[in-house]
Amino acid sequence: MAVKVIDEKCIGCGACIRSCPFDAIEIVNNIAVIGDKCTACGACIDVCPVEAIFKEEEEKKGVDISEYEGVWVFAEQREGNLLNIATELLGEGRKIADKLGVELTAILLGHKVDPLADNLIKYGADRVIYADHELLNTYTTDAYTKVICELIKERKPEIMLLGATNIGRDLAPRISARIHTGLTADCTRLDVDLENRRLMQTRPAFGGNLMATIVTPNHRPQMATVRPGVMERAPYEEGREGIVEKVTPDLTEADIRAKVLETVKGGKPQVKLEEAKIIVSGGRGLGNPEGFKLIEQLAEKLGAVVGASRATVDAGWIDHAHQVGQTGKTVRPDLYIACGISGAIQHLAGMKESKCIVAINKDKNAPIFDVADYGIVGDLYEIIPEIISALENVEDVLEAVKLNA
Amino acid sequence: MNIIVCVKQVPDTNEVKIDPVKGTLIREGVPSIINPDDRNALEEALRIKDSMEDVKVTVVSMGPPQAEVALVEAIAMGADEAILLTDRAVAGSDTWATSTALSAVIKYIGDFDIIFCGRQAIDGDTAQVGPQIAEHLGIPQITYVEELKIQGNKVVAKRALEDGYFLVEAEMPVLLTAVKELNEPRYPSIKGIFEGFKGDKVKMVSAKDVNCDMDNVGLDGSPTNVIKSFTPPTKSRDLEMLEGTPAEQARKLIVRLREENLV
Amino acid sequence: MGFELTREQEMVRDVMRKFAENEVKPIAAEIDESGRFPMENVKKMARYNMLGIPFPVEYGGAGGDDLSYVIAVEELSKVCASTGVILSAHTSLACWPIYHFGTEEQKQKYLVPLAKGEKLGAFGLTESNAGTDAAAQQTTAVLDGDNYILNGTKIFITNGGQADVYIIFAMTDKSKGHRGISAFIVEKDFPGFSIGKIEDKMGIRASATAELIFDDCVVPKENLLGKEGEGFKIAMATLDGGRIGIAAQALGIAEGAFEETVKYVKEREQFGRPLAKFQGLQWMIADMATAIEAAKLLVYKAAICKQKGLPYSKEAAMAKLYASQTAMDVTTKCVQLHGGYGFTKDYPVERMMRDAKITEIYEGTSQVQQMVIAANILR
Repeated sequence: MAVKVIDEKCIGCGACIRSCPFDAIEIVNNIAVIGDKCTACGACIDVCPVEAIFKEEEEKKGVDISEYEGVWVFAEQREGNLLNIATELLGEGRKIADKLGVELTAILLGHKVDPLADNLIKYGADRVIYADHELLNTYTTDAYTKVICELIKERKPEIMLLGATNIGRDLAPRISARIHTGLTADCTRLDVDLENRRLMQTRPAFGGNLMATIVTPNHRPQMATVRPGVMERAPYEEGREGIVEKVTPDLTEADIRAKVLETVKGGKPQVKLEEAKIIVSGGRGLGNPEGFKLIEQLAEKLGAVVGASRATVDAGWIDHAHQVGQTGKTVRPDLYIACGISGAIQHLAGMKESKCIVAINKDKNAPIFDVADYGIVGDLYEIIPEIISALENVEDVLEAVKLNA
Repeated sequence: MNIIVCVKQVPDTNEVKIDPVKGTLIREGVPSIINPDDRNALEEALRIKDSMEDVKVTVVSMGPPQAEVALVEAIAMGADEAILLTDRAVAGSDTWATSTALSAVIKYIGDFDIIFCGRQAIDGDTAQVGPQIAEHLGIPQITYVEELKIQGNKVVAKRALEDGYFLVEAEMPVLLTAVKELNEPRYPSIKGIFEGFKGDKVKMVSAKDVNCDMDNVGLDGSPTNVIKSFTPPTKSRDLEMLEGTPAEQARKLIVRLREENLV
Repeated sequence: MGFELTREQEMVRDVMRKFAENEVKPIAAEIDESGRFPMENVKKMARYNMLGIPFPVEYGGAGGDDLSYVIAVEELSKVCASTGVILSAHTSLACWPIYHFGTEEQKQKYLVPLAKGEKLGAFGLTESNAGTDAAAQQTTAVLDGDNYILNGTKIFITNGGQADVYIIFAMTDKSKGHRGISAFIVEKDFPGFSIGKIEDKMGIRASATAELIFDDCVVPKENLLGKEGEGFKIAMATLDGGRIGIAAQALGIAEGAFEETVKYVKEREQFGRPLAKFQGLQWMIADMATAIEAAKLLVYKAAICKQKGLPYSKEAAMAKLYASQTAMDVTTKCVQLHGGYGFTKDYPVERMMRDAKITEIYEGTSQVQQMVIAANILR
């Protein structure tokens, strides 16, 4: 695998240099030369105006991929509760398994979590391999890796998906290293190339500035972790049937080298504004300090952090730590909801790089609407409660829209 | 005690911009920095060195010769030695191949009690290399470490979860990955900068020097291949006003945010 | 003279920039408002050897060079001119004369803790009747056994009251005029030394500017810096170097205000388009950028001359004259480009404009710099 330049075709225009995310290309004697930093990502291939760049495929060592079949998803549970990501993976896994015409298997590890196994079937798994052991009650890298790797070696699935949770991102690389296979982290889109049964794994890189599609051609299973909240959850079908295989793995205390002494819930330090994915901000339009209670409710519902305009901070309605703008924090969350904020330039300077901006304001001429993607003109005290209730019944809302359509 | 810290030199992705016309990345003028989480890993190693006798901190990296600057910076922060694996043969490695190569450097160093990595690098955000090194070396791992104590021959760490933490204990040698909550990294000292560039504290090695398994490093030794990369379509800020009663406005908003996977 | 920084200098710049952004900028407006001396940041700077950049490691320094030191003052001054001058006065005016003129014993006793940043330094030359006419010193020093007894008052002393070690000038022999001036190293705890009035200033409000009072102050005779009568020479040589530091401060102020303004004109819209799209304003931006670049070349050249052991008196004077004028001119224009907002404390350019003025005055007014430059040319 290497990206190469056809010297005769290259016109030395430099388009490839600007497209290269890794700064790997230079022009020497009017011809593009690809250097060591190249990762064969191929960004330059598309931009070359004279098609002088191509990717050379090479045969690589690997395993006999024809021995591997089936799609597995890791059904992460914590304290007997299935995480949402498990059903999201089942939703996505189902589509892939159907395309490939193979079985979808959920891998469940735990202790006395039998009801979850049945649930996984209802959520679309054809088969559940449920490893039940005292030592699997709480997640440990060592025990989970051992059990899953032994299952993979025995049963040879072609694809394995895990959630990119704090635990999935600990477990997946450990498994991939032991099995010697490729792993793609934090995928936001998955597809299969039916021609060669390859899993096309697309993920953001460079802080979201670049998307890359990655394959694992010669190793199996093709492993990926999937970003939580991105894939559609599988529907629950009451009468659905499948096979639950309960296995008792061979595990001892000695297998576990990094031991969990204690599990502590909550008590997270406050998320910083700069790192928040979603920010709900309040401005002078709230009218009084109590308005922030409503902002907090919405923020809580969204898992967001509360922001504020300078006017509210100066008025003493909220602590300065929440201030967004020229004299406060500069933020660029995925979603910024500005409630009762007019959009003074000082404020805009701190938030206009946000990916999606929602503005709620009484004044339809407020400058905040100039930078917003979605605008709602109205009384925030009427609108925010409606948003909260819509979020509580989000499935119904989406269903209703579908019916309308 | 011997501590090895793995660091990566990365482009400062906060500074990466998209050419609005061509839709391509603008890399010119983007500074190279020590990956932020790796800085937390190094800081924790240096704090252990500050608080205990006979601690040696060795920094390890893989990259082009220019990555030497990152290692000098690590020296200026207080690390004792640094090794840079720089070799055409390891260029283009994915995480599996990278962890194979770094494991070779670590084995070449030999003695270690703790291996520190950052949780993930900002240019890839994979969080894979740390655990993969631990597996290659056959040692236990504790990832997402937000608090650490050394107790005799054991480490006890708070390991972050989305909604709390595990308190995890492991015997050394162990591999730990640091999150930014772990500490506030120090700056390089000015004296350290001048000493770092002058001295022979940064050693360059080739894949052969450290007995790399050549079949399992570089582009060809990588199980994964990038087949395509593209810039996500840039959003134009076209304002859509959501009309109707408050309930209708709220519903329209949720539907749109859901479509964009924002809620 | 090359136009590229060494790798060391580049890293010093990056570290100073990060330090300034993270540690100094967040408190800059607050300490300007309150006039509070940022001792916590001085301590942090000490930890990273920022207080002894151009001095050898064996004297407690960082083993760096003059240009690195200049870059440090510049980067700090971009976000806080007060912090910039604290570093400049300490390094150029207190550490340097001891390094250059001190005995080995004096260096061990005073330079080492100063360069390490365990102690802070200051320089006392100006008196109420001896400003630009520095030779008109009225403070006296009389040898009495093993001690000199100092009497008199110094004013406008940067780091005064906060510093631990002071370089003080006094007349040991009035009859000899400026050849009767001597320099002394005075510790803050020497009997008879006290701090008087603390000035309330227009700019650089977080730097301490104090009156020093010597009332039969007892200074051991081994604290005489250089020989008796060499004081004026020491003062002038020290100020030559100090001017490079102030020029760097002025450069930093101009750059800081300019960066803020470039950001602002791209964001601020009037008549439906950003200010940056108005050609009249583009001309102002172009002129400012050019002046800043010219100032930078002068300042860096002066530092490199000093570093290489070449004459630098004229170069330092030119750098300070031009950089301080540029700072005043650029900050005034930056406030103008910010319009009404620029006149408020919501934007830092207001503070930067007030901070800029002093750079045309202290360590030799612009007129003194012109005298120095002319004297160098016409001799």
